[in-house]
Amino acid sequence: MDRARTLPVYISSYVFSCLVFLLLATIPLYVNPYLVILLTSVFMYIVLTLSWAIFSGPTRYISLASSAFFGVGVYSSAVLGEVLPIPAVIFLGGIVGSLLAFCIGILTLRLRGMYFIIFTFGVSELMRHFLLWWETNMKGTVGRFVVSMEPETVYYFMLVIFAVCLIVAHLLKESRFGLSLRSIGEHEEAALHIGINVTLLKTLTFALSAFFMSAAGAIMATRWTYIDPSIAFNPLFSFMPVLMAIFGGIGRLSGPIVGAAIFAMLEEILITRFPYYYMLIFGVILILVILFLPSGLVGLIKRKSRRSS
Amino acid sequence: MGWFRGNVPMFGSVERRTVFATILDVVIGGLIMGGIYALIAVGLSLQYGVGRILNISHGEFIMLGAFATWSLYTFLGISPLLSLVICGPVLFFIGFLIHGTLFRYLRKKSKSAGAFADSSLLASFGLLFIIQNLALITWKADIRGYSYLDHSVSIFGALFAANRIVALIFAVGISIAFYLFLTRARLGKAIRAAAEDPVTAQIMGVNIHRVLAVCFGLGALMAGFAGPLISMIYEIQPSMGLEYTIIAIVVVVLGGLGSITGSLIGGFILGLIGNIVTYFDAGLSLIAYYVIFILLILVKPTGILGK
Repeated sequence: MDRARTLPVYISSYVFSCLVFLLLATIPLYVNPYLVILLTSVFMYIVLTLSWAIFSGPTRYISLASSAFFGVGVYSSAVLGEVLPIPAVIFLGGIVGSLLAFCIGILTLRLRGMYFIIFTFGVSELMRHFLLWWETNMKGTVGRFVVSMEPETVYYFMLVIFAVCLIVAHLLKESRFGLSLRSIGEHEEAALHIGINVTLLKTLTFALSAFFMSAAGAIMATRWTYIDPSIAFNPLFSFMPVLMAIFGGIGRLSGPIVGAAIFAMLEEILITRFPYYYMLIFGVILILVILFLPSGLVGLIKRKSRRSS
Repeated sequence: MGWFRGNVPMFGSVERRTVFATILDVVIGGLIMGGIYALIAVGLSLQYGVGRILNISHGEFIMLGAFATWSLYTFLGISPLLSLVICGPVLFFIGFLIHGTLFRYLRKKSKSAGAFADSSLLASFGLLFIIQNLALITWKADIRGYSYLDHSVSIFGALFAANRIVALIFAVGISIAFYLFLTRARLGKAIRAAAEDPVTAQIMGVNIHRVLAVCFGLGALMAGFAGPLISMIYEIQPSMGLEYTIIAIVVVVLGGLGSITGSLIGGFILGLIGNIVTYFDAGLSLIAYYVIFILLILVKPTGILGK
């Protein structure tokens, strides 16, 4: 790598990111409330996709447990929201999600490929059905109310989670830790043989990525005010991050962000214009992306620009 | 089960007879469910074992079969058993076409077997959304059902609706016929050869693309047989597919990934367990399946008959 040539690019991208975040931080001052709410859900998807990519991007383990972590965050918020201040709730929700991810990580050490995918899907579906059964038979009422917050407050908390998630993802990618993760994705046996503690690394990264998903769930719950297991553990929260990350491109951090932003906007437009065809169009896009955009949108742009220069 | 407790009087003989009838009720009910589970699991097992496609949209094909049967019976008065013969081949053809276009292209483009497994899994999620929402637009989200052969039949004192017994007989018959096809017929042998070693099978003159497409089609055919049988005994709705897919995956893992015999046995085992759990608390059966599934993957991922 030519350090001298990449350094200015680095600095300019830092400056650019800071400017974008400054702009986003001042947005509620001069746009209408609807846009603030829309941007909040865009950031939610970005956080989910980016944190999914922190683990699944380099290691190439496809996790479908995102909805489990998100739902755990949502329920933490519902349970703790009345007794604790919201920053503490978000942090604790994140910790609970990490602990769950840590347990799943330890259980799935030996699983690879298909088994890992269906196991993570099974865990999140089990949690949804168990909670539903528990609330119906043991508690007597399904669903809970959450202490609600101002849209601007939710927006700022989500923005902060997004910023922290991006910084962590970036630091991780540039570190030895990130390099080791990528070597697991390339060839796990080889990574093991050159002395990488594969197990510990995978589990810790999985827990780290779950932290942000749960934190996003905890703050999102305050916007919904009413939640039940089907909302909190909606399997779409597992599929969406995968699709968005693949759509954007997994190799770079910009991929998941671009993918999630475009898709979240698209979802908003489709749901309001064609509520009945929304999921249908979603399925068609999913298949088209897998067929024709294997390296994602960012990969496509990169390839095009390389060809033209 | 309040009625049961009220039903146990002082007479010992009546009590024993009721307990016996209850056990029989649960066991035969489990076999009926198991027969259908075996049928849908065999289809999924074939698609995964030979084609390396974990077809998450498998349940949607079942749903299509169920709704086609419901429509044919409700609007045209066509017998569900006749629909069975119509739905199976139609779905086979749809499955054959989907594999010949979508999955063949994906297979050509994938760099490794693992990459194909991942991308085909995601593509089948796409199929799930497409099929399920087309069905939602066509048939709306309502729960449907019809009554066909619903007079009761007594087996050793336990009462069953005739349609359940018919479903069991058909499920077992189709499973056995399918097993014989795979072990005896020429095409069946080609399929098993392709499952063992695709490259060698190709050298031996097996048209691998055609065999893989036929396999996917056969999986859809099994769904096309299961759908009408399910619609005869249970209520149906467009979102029912995923539940059956999950049951099929649990059975396939239970029997050992890729083992057809394992799927057949696994189906009956899971049906029995499911019916026993349902007897105590109907809401827990799906949870029980997930728990069995998770424990299985952790303790013995190769299943009961896996290599």
